[in-house]
Amino acid sequence: MKTIGILGIQGAIEEHEAMLQSIGCNTRWVKEAKDLRSIDGIILPGGESTSMGKQLEWSGLMEPLRKAIAKGMPAFGTCAGMILLAKELEGNNLQSRLGLMNIVVKRNAYGSQLDSFVTDLKVKGFAQPLPAVFIRAPRIEACGEGVETLASYKEHPVLVRQGNMMAASFHPELTDCTELHRYFAEQMVSE
Amino acid sequence: MGLAEMLKNGVIMDVTNVEQAKIAEDAGAIAVMALERVPSDIRAQGGVARMSDPKMIMEIKKAVSIPVMAKCRIGHIAEAQILQALDIDFIDESEVLTPADEEFHINKHDFKIPFVCGCRNLGEALRRIGEGAAMIRTKGEAGTGNIVEAVRHMRAVMGGIHRLQACSKEELMTEAKNLGAPYDLVCYVAEHGKLPVPNFSAGGVATPADAALMRLLGAESVFVGSGIFKSSNPKKVAKAIVEATTNYMDAKKLAKLSENLGEAMHGIDVRQLDDKQLFANRGW
Repeated sequence: MKTIGILGIQGAIEEHEAMLQSIGCNTRWVKEAKDLRSIDGIILPGGESTSMGKQLEWSGLMEPLRKAIAKGMPAFGTCAGMILLAKELEGNNLQSRLGLMNIVVKRNAYGSQLDSFVTDLKVKGFAQPLPAVFIRAPRIEACGEGVETLASYKEHPVLVRQGNMMAASFHPELTDCTELHRYFAEQMVSE
Repeated sequence: MGLAEMLKNGVIMDVTNVEQAKIAEDAGAIAVMALERVPSDIRAQGGVARMSDPKMIMEIKKAVSIPVMAKCRIGHIAEAQILQALDIDFIDESEVLTPADEEFHINKHDFKIPFVCGCRNLGEALRRIGEGAAMIRTKGEAGTGNIVEAVRHMRAVMGGIHRLQACSKEELMTEAKNLGAPYDLVCYVAEHGKLPVPNFSAGGVATPADAALMRLLGAESVFVGSGIFKSSNPKKVAKAIVEATTNYMDAKKLAKLSENLGEAMHGIDVRQLDDKQLFANRGW
């Protein structure tokens, strides 16, 4: 059975956990470097990317996690998790993060909480549209080499994949639809 | 929908100006509560406590990238509409301010912006959720630096949840009647063993150990009011409380985080306050 870690610092950790368990995966909260040894892939959840980034540095997890993903550990970042993965951050490029994916991201670019919304997305490889919840969402402003766009919303990519890494502007974990978790667990993670 | 879930497993800090808001963000806070006076000052100064100056709230909103919350008085629909018009992220309908209505809370379903409300027990929590609150926090006793009331309220909420889980279906309507809570929410809690919205803690957190205690008792996140900026070393205390909230099960880390923090806020023995001085008794 595959064990998928969830970065267990802050945010909507339990929602990802419940979703992964419902599709038959083991889960583990990842808080320190030693937690990385027992997982086959990792989800970087939504929450506050500034708080997660700082605590990744303070706990000493940033570097080992960056190395593990750079070496091929499958990773799926949602919302704040996508910000952690982004190589370039418009507005504040100094913010602590993993910085591994060739995407340029702008935080809170879809507006504040009053502008949060739910929509159905046409996703490459899926027959049915998938529901997506956008909350103070980050926007992908540009994609670099090796990045494939799997879904777009109003001319901006919102779901992208680069090899072992996938990132979403939105929250699949707040819907009833497990398709993207299944895709990550079955197509990207191997035991 | 959904922002309340993103704020889980973190710390929300009271701030009264831009400088404090930046300290909070740098310390890893997941949101700030913008208000003119922290609860301990409201308590000390007395008088009517109202919604903060919108200009001050907007300055804080501009200064940080994390969500901004602000407080309106219980039942003060107009203050809530003003805060919503400011396009902030969350409203706290708070007993820390002087209530505007001693009979009715705001119908929060009428708003697009999410609300957090205080509670002392499960019935009160479910009444607020019934009115549309997207997040619940214990009331505790704000501005005292004393964790005892937050513990009492969290124990009451969690104890109430455990009790409902053990009930048969026949018993649930009577439980709803006794709790003074909507029947459908009582059924939800009995089935799921948790509130339908995130369950946070507030009112008296002053140290990293206090934050860890509330997490151990079931709080999904922690609000810290006077405890940070009334301590002798706010930057250090703020960061330590954030790390303690994340690592609440790791006692060795907590020991390290509790070292050399300087003087915590002075604090008040809640037993020395009479009923009229308790913020928690505001609202029903």
